[in-house]
Formats: sequence, C-alpha cells, structure tokens
Amino acid sequence: MEKFEKVHGVAAPMPLINIDTDMIIPKVHLKTIKRSGLGVVLFDEMRYHDDGQENEEFVLNKPAYRQTEILVAGDNFGCGSSREHAPWAIKDFGIKVVISTSFADIFFNNCFKNGILPIVVEEEHHAVLMEDAHKGENARMTVHLEDQKITTSDGVEIAFDIDPHRKHCLLNGLDDIGLTMEKDHHIDKFEDHASQARPWV
Amino acid sequence: MSPKTLYDKIWDAHVAHEADDGTCLLYIDRHLVHEVTSPQAFEGLRMAGRKVRAPEKTIAVPDHNVPTTPDRVNGIENPESRIQVEALDKNAKDFGIHYYPVNDVRQGIVHIVGPEQGWTLPGMTVVCGDSHTATHGAFGALAHGIGTSEVEHVLATQTLIQKKSKNMKVEITGKLQPGVTAKDITLAVIGETGTAGGTGYVIEYCGEAIRDLSMEGRMTVCNMAIEGGARAGLIAPDETTFEYVKGRPHAPKGAQWEAAMDWWKTLFTDEGAHFDKVITLRGEDIAPVVTWGTSPEDVLPITATVPNPEDFEGGKVDAARRSIEYMGLEAGQKLSDVEIDTVFIGSCTNGRIEDLRAAAEILKGKKIKDGMRAMVVPGSGLVRAQAEEEGLAEIFKEAGFEWRLAGCSMCLAMNPDQLQPGERCAATSNRNFEGRQGRGGRTHLLSPAMAAAAAITGRLTDVRELM
Repeated sequence: MEKFEKVHGVAAPMPLINIDTDMIIPKVHLKTIKRSGLGVVLFDEMRYHDDGQENEEFVLNKPAYRQTEILVAGDNFGCGSSREHAPWAIKDFGIKVVISTSFADIFFNNCFKNGILPIVVEEEHHAVLMEDAHKGENARMTVHLEDQKITTSDGVEIAFDIDPHRKHCLLNGLDDIGLTMEKDHHIDKFEDHASQARPWV
Repeated sequence: MSPKTLYDKIWDAHVAHEADDGTCLLYIDRHLVHEVTSPQAFEGLRMAGRKVRAPEKTIAVPDHNVPTTPDRVNGIENPESRIQVEALDKNAKDFGIHYYPVNDVRQGIVHIVGPEQGWTLPGMTVVCGDSHTATHGAFGALAHGIGTSEVEHVLATQTLIQKKSKNMKVEITGKLQPGVTAKDITLAVIGETGTAGGTGYVIEYCGEAIRDLSMEGRMTVCNMAIEGGARAGLIAPDETTFEYVKGRPHAPKGAQWEAAMDWWKTLFTDEGAHFDKVITLRGEDIAPVVTWGTSPEDVLPITATVPNPEDFEGGKVDAARRSIEYMGLEAGQKLSDVEIDTVFIGSCTNGRIEDLRAAAEILKGKKIKDGMRAMVVPGSGLVRAQAEEEGLAEIFKEAGFEWRLAGCSMCLAMNPDQLQPGERCAATSNRNFEGRQGRGGRTHLLSPAMAAAAAITGRLTDVRELM
C-alpha cells in the first residue's frame, strides 16, 4: 500500500447527514470482480442525471471541486452496506481524506485498508472545516498525519485523534495480512487451545 | 472475578493475541462468503500465493445477484452476475471451502443458510463480507460484517484485527400487543437510538419481549443492529436457542453436544456487569410501525402522520426535507393513506418460515389489490420447500403473489428484481435508502404481516384492522 504522509488539496463540502454506501456507490456497480476503476461512478445517482449527463448542481461536478482530495461530510458518513467498493470508488476518484463528526463502523475500518484517512472531529471544528470547504479550489486544506493536524486555508489548525496502530500502518503503507502472518505462532497456539476447549467448533 | 457481559465472555474466549495498545487478533470460528464481496479477496490470495487457512470453517453461497425466477436453472442471463457467481464456484472449488451452489436446495441468503445448516452456534465468532451478518447474534454468537480486505485477511489468517467495542444494553420489557412483531421491535429501537446511536457498541438485546421471541424473531431483531450503527447485536442463548440448533446438519452431536451445552449455558451477562449505554422500551408501547423516509431511523407507528422537517434539529432538518421530497410525501399526510404499487416479502431480515406464516395468515382467502405487483422470495430453498409443504405457497399464489426461488432479490436489487423510478414498495427488508431497491424507487420498511395487509388494501395499512 502507498504510504500516507500529507495531503494538501481541495476540500469539498457534503453537509448531508447519513450518507450511506448505497449513495456512495449504488449496487449496479458491485458486479465487478476488480477493485479499480470505480471513481467514475462515485456518488453515481447524485452525480449523474437519469440520461447519464452530469448533474451540474452536484458538488464534485462543479469546476472548483473536480480535483477534490478531501471530503468534509455530514454526520454518520458511510452507513449501511459493508461494500468496500465505497472506499475503492472514493480512492479511485482521488479523495484521500474524509472528515466527519462520525463514521459508520465498517466503512471506517475499510478506509484504513485502502490508504484513506477518515478523521472524526468535534462539531465546532467540523463547522469551521465545512465553511472552509465551501470556499472552493483556491482554499486548499492541509492534512498532516504525522502531526495529527488539519490546517484550513486561513491557517486555523485543528488537531485530530487516530489509533496509533492505524497511524503506523498508514504512514508506512503496511499490509495487514503480512503483519498478522508474523504472529502466526500465536494463532497456532490459540487453535491448539481452542480445539481442546471447544472441539465442536 | 469481575462480572462480565455476554459480549465480554465471547470476546475473551477468542483473543489470539493482544498488543500493548489493546489491538487484538480475534479468532474467527465461522467465515461466511458470498459472490459480491469476495472475488477481490480470493484474487488477493492468489496474487500473494496464499491459501485459505481454515477451509473447514469457511462456507460460501451465492445469494446477492442470483435471479429468483424459475428459469434460473438454465443459467444466469446477466453476464456480470454470471461471472461473479462463476467466480465463486471456482474459488470454492480451488480453495476447498464448503459450498452451496445456486441450484442446490440448501442455497439461499447466506444469513439464513448459516443458522439453518447449524454452522452458526452459540458463543462463536462469525463474520461475512456483508453488514447483515449481525443476524447470527440471535444465537449468542459475536457476528458482524466486514469489508473485502478483511475477508481476505480472515481467509488468510482466520483472524481479524480488532479493538473491543463498548457494551450497550437494549431491554424490551413486558409483552408485545397483538399485531406487533420482532420487526416492529427492531425498527422501534432504531427509531429511538437513530442510525448512529449504536456506533462503537455491541448491543445485547434482553428483556421479556426478547425472551418470548422465536429464533426467527430474534434473528430479525439482531439483523438490524447494524442499521442502528452497532458492530453487532447479541441475544443470550437459552432453551429456545438450543432447541433450534439441536439436530441441524453441522451442530455438534453426542458427547460433543453435551460439552457444548455445558459452555453455552455459561453464556449470559453476569449480575452487575457494566453497560456503557442502556436503552429500555416497554413492549406494550410498541405499535406496528413503518418507515416514512430514506433512513431506517425514520420510523413511526402506522397510525401517525408524515412529520414536518422543521420539527427536527440540526442536520436532520435538511435530511428529512430531502427524504420527504424523494419519497413523494407531504408533511401531515396520514401514513395509512400512502398508496403503494409493489410488495416485497423476503430478505435476511424477514425471509424465514415464521415470516411467511405471518404474512400468509393475513392473506388467507384474500386477494391482493388489482394492479399490485407482489412477490415472496423465501430466504432459502429449504424455507421454500417447507412453506410449500405447509400450504403457504398456495395461499400466496391464490392471493396473487409471485412465488420465487431463494435469494436477496429486491432487498438490494442487484438481480433483475428492481423498482422503477417513482414506484413505491412495502418491503420487509432492512434499508429504505435512496435508490436501494432501484434508482428512484421508494421503500417503506415494515413487518411481513403489515406487508401482506398493504398488498390487500393497496396502501400502508394497520394490520390490526385485518386481524
């Protein structure tokens, strides 16, 4: 996985709450057996009209936001289905950071597996970032993972929390499976014990 | 020893490794797999030259995009769907995992097949690349959905990297009123907590009204724990659970059954164990409910009216306005006046035998409204066979319902069963999101009995009027 250090880019506002993974990527696009190429259908039903034409009103279709790298979204972002196609589409579009007041559990986990940084901030900070995101492409935001800090285009600094293990993995682009396999002997030991204690499993 | 919750006990029994920062490797007893969220995971294994660590604990079944019309025995017409199902056929064979192919009578929705075949047992950890894995919590198993990268991780290592969630108790006291079902309980809870109310928690459902439920009903309740944002929902196993499990093809037998029972009987929350959050509802206060909006938290009793967006607070004002517009409703409109054109009975939420019995009970000797499109999609081939044996299929067919083969079907509309723009469906499934059942389609979630009532009258209907 690519290492995640710092993002300095356009932030787009999506204040709607409860944006679910069906909105992020509708099921018609889940029939792929690949992970790549889903950026073009990100937010499909909001982004395109029924005839396939772009909806000019949708934020990511506006000239200022076509190069969005940071999404500032409403509460409970990513709720619903576990489809990892949602973070795959987000990543493929070019978005590397999603900021909200809360995320749904499975989506939140899925982001880290794909080098996307989901950041939870307090409501008052969220309001500041949302306002900054509304300023368009000239107002670039910076997200610095090592320092755990977001800097608005006006220079306002907002600190954020992140699980140390997840931070370490993102910074170093580490693959979970490789890391876990290094602990193989612990899994072997557990299996030996469990097959005695619960042989019916 | 300090008192533990049920969740604490199952968690502690499955930690294979704990790092200093509390990050754990949680051992997985059962890994369920379907065709939509697994192809990339198997591909990842192949590319890295890895094997499935525990194929004997891995069970696959195609369900999401299989057609449910009888002609599916001749193959799947949609090329993309066919490729996904064929990929699962091949992956199951190549990696040596248990498999129920499309035309096996035991095929069905993965969350119905697992319990039915006795794969799901109390005290287990169960995962699947599907958010409704929460269903298996009904057995007192710690069960939750995972993404495809985690599917690959479990295939390769039989573990998940996890941090423990907090404990939440949802107690439903007393008795339910006639016409009120497990679906009404679970929707009413989400109406109370909101769709983010459970985020960061594992819920244990308890109380007399939960104890009184059958296993089918308990599965309905736990199934929608995810809709309340929780990682998982749990119900402590009891005689109802053991009775259901006993004799299933993959349930333990003989001395192993006795040994299992000894442990299963310890799976309850100790007196005085700590819960970080507690919600209590009175069973008597729960009415038959329906959803009016595009979030499962948009729940109201059928006797209510569509709310006014201005009555909400914060971001919900805009969200409610958007929902009501999408749903084509007006604030103040009576929910029981909302006309529908489609009825869907099925899904991992309500596709079990008891659900079909409840719907058939209302439909017996009646016809659905003229022009209504109504379908029953049993949750598995075995549910379908049992319903035919019990005469339920005849009741549905005589009433005017289509009687389908098993699959996820119109719950998520990945197969040909979809709503057209503007169509309005009374659905026993679990999500009323925009476009969930087809682009522009409108979904009202409700119980099987309520869905049957709506099919007869052509509008959202209080089932108690037909009882």
